[in-house]
Amino acid sequence: MLRLNDLHVHYGAVHALQGVELEVNQGEIVTLIGSNGAGKSTTLRAISGMLRPSRGTIDFEGKPIAGLAPHVVVGLGIAHSPEGRGVFANLTVEENLQVGAYTRSDKAGIAEDMKKVYGLFPRLEERRRQLAGTLSGGEQQMLAMGRALLARPRLLLLDEPSLGLAPQIVKVIFQIIRDINALGTTILLVEQNAHKALEVANRGYVIEVGKIVLADDAKVLAASDEVRKAYLGG
Amino acid sequence: MEASFQDRSAALRPSMGKAAVSALLPPAVVIGLAALLHFVIGPAIGYFYAKVLTDVGIAVVMAVSLNLVNGYTGQFSIGHAAFMTVGGYAAGSVVYYGHYLIWGSLQQQGGFLGPSTLLYVVALLVGGLAAALAGFVVGLPSLRLRGDYLAIVTLGFGEIVRVLVTRTNDVLFDADEIAAASPVTLLTSVGGSLGFTGLPFLTNLFWVWVAAGAVILFSYRLKRSDQGRALLSIREDEIAAEAMGIPTTRFKVQAFVYAAFFAGIAGGLFAHEVGTTLNPQELGFQKSFEVVIMVVLGGMGSVTGTTIAAAALVILPEALRSFSDYRMIAYALTLILVMLLRPQGLMGLREVWEIPAVRKLLRSGR
Repeated sequence: MLRLNDLHVHYGAVHALQGVELEVNQGEIVTLIGSNGAGKSTTLRAISGMLRPSRGTIDFEGKPIAGLAPHVVVGLGIAHSPEGRGVFANLTVEENLQVGAYTRSDKAGIAEDMKKVYGLFPRLEERRRQLAGTLSGGEQQMLAMGRALLARPRLLLLDEPSLGLAPQIVKVIFQIIRDINALGTTILLVEQNAHKALEVANRGYVIEVGKIVLADDAKVLAASDEVRKAYLGG
Repeated sequence: MEASFQDRSAALRPSMGKAAVSALLPPAVVIGLAALLHFVIGPAIGYFYAKVLTDVGIAVVMAVSLNLVNGYTGQFSIGHAAFMTVGGYAAGSVVYYGHYLIWGSLQQQGGFLGPSTLLYVVALLVGGLAAALAGFVVGLPSLRLRGDYLAIVTLGFGEIVRVLVTRTNDVLFDADEIAAASPVTLLTSVGGSLGFTGLPFLTNLFWVWVAAGAVILFSYRLKRSDQGRALLSIREDEIAAEAMGIPTTRFKVQAFVYAAFFAGIAGGLFAHEVGTTLNPQELGFQKSFEVVIMVVLGGMGSVTGTTIAAAALVILPEALRSFSDYRMIAYALTLILVMLLRPQGLMGLREVWEIPAVRKLLRSGR
């Protein structure tokens, strides 16, 4: 479904991605783990068109998408839930979700997906007229994910959904990630919480200073010594 | 099943008649109120208060339109008066030289809705379009700049416009000379630093408040539309908005163009008002600053808030005329205080009826 080939990204003089190779198949949850500054978010941003790669290709469902504008990429079926949530604080929950459906014009389909999102996140329905800025961190994360889902993506890019959340909420968020996947959305999940990420994912990649250093089944990665030492705390 | 769904959706959809009423009613109300102001209230309150009401209307057009840029999309423009200048001079040239070229003199043709007024309305639109074009040109750098840097660009643009206008030639007033002159000569003979004198007084309460009503309706409908939500999301978090597939750069430029269009119309209204002169000093930085204060004070993104603030900031200096020397000090102080205590403006994004206390009042009234 998605294939990155020899992907390079530069921030000025900094060579942030140095030939990333990565593949996501239809129906999977694939996770990209690594430490701070390894290039996880950069990879997602390159996919969604917010960064222009300096070399390499990105193919989505057989079409090259590297360098396309973000709104074109969203239109093709890739939604990005950015790091740090980025909810629109002064808009209501419902208005946030409506912005998520910006690229679509099928009113009936949007209403249906709105219902689906409220089914996944009942908390959001309770608070739909509340300003997003007044939600708790966990609720804002739910909103960010729900908003991305309203673009009706076939591929969902999730950037650090567990960032700054209490362990209890993290559990809920990861259960919802499973649910979203079960409803038929393929997911590429970037996480620092490698333990949790490898628990829900089918396959995983480990990225270090802009290069993929390991790729395997999530279970194998979770059991491997290297990963355990580096990311799972021994 | 199919039929029942269609029946249901037909029952839910408002009928054609109803849809037409809800679309045409607000503009009709605006025109009605403007006519009421012009024909009944204006004559009843006398010349001075009618003039204040006219000034209020022009300020409302300026403030509510700037709200599209500074309020909705969260860009910071401090050159709004420059668009007013562009619109004012464009409209003024069309009316002034149009009169000479068509009728051979400045003599007003016909009364309310007469030929002169028609030319004037066309001129207002031309002024709006000229300003919109300028807005597009200034909006382009906003693709790359944000915050303070954009503010400096808009400020610079304002100065460029002011200096260019100052360098123009004297107004022509000889019918034969005007008939013989080329369009370029006419467009560059708009009075220089002395101002565009001799413009006929065609602005009245009716046209001012039609324009004010139009910009209020436009802004409010925009706010409640998909496009408006997209604009607001850019101000809230530009990166997230981009990730949602909103073409952020296009919308930022669009906001500039809309705002400039209405500011251009305000310029045309101002140019033909009794008791004002269209000159480059009048529409300088100070004017831009006044409009920014109206938006900041009223609430960034609140249509009713900026309307009320615009009215208050026109009426208060008139009421406190003896202190008018200190006006700019008071403005600056107010701006600093609001920025410190309530950076989103007195009303923030809210409209009057969305304030909790007012909402309670409305509910108890029912």
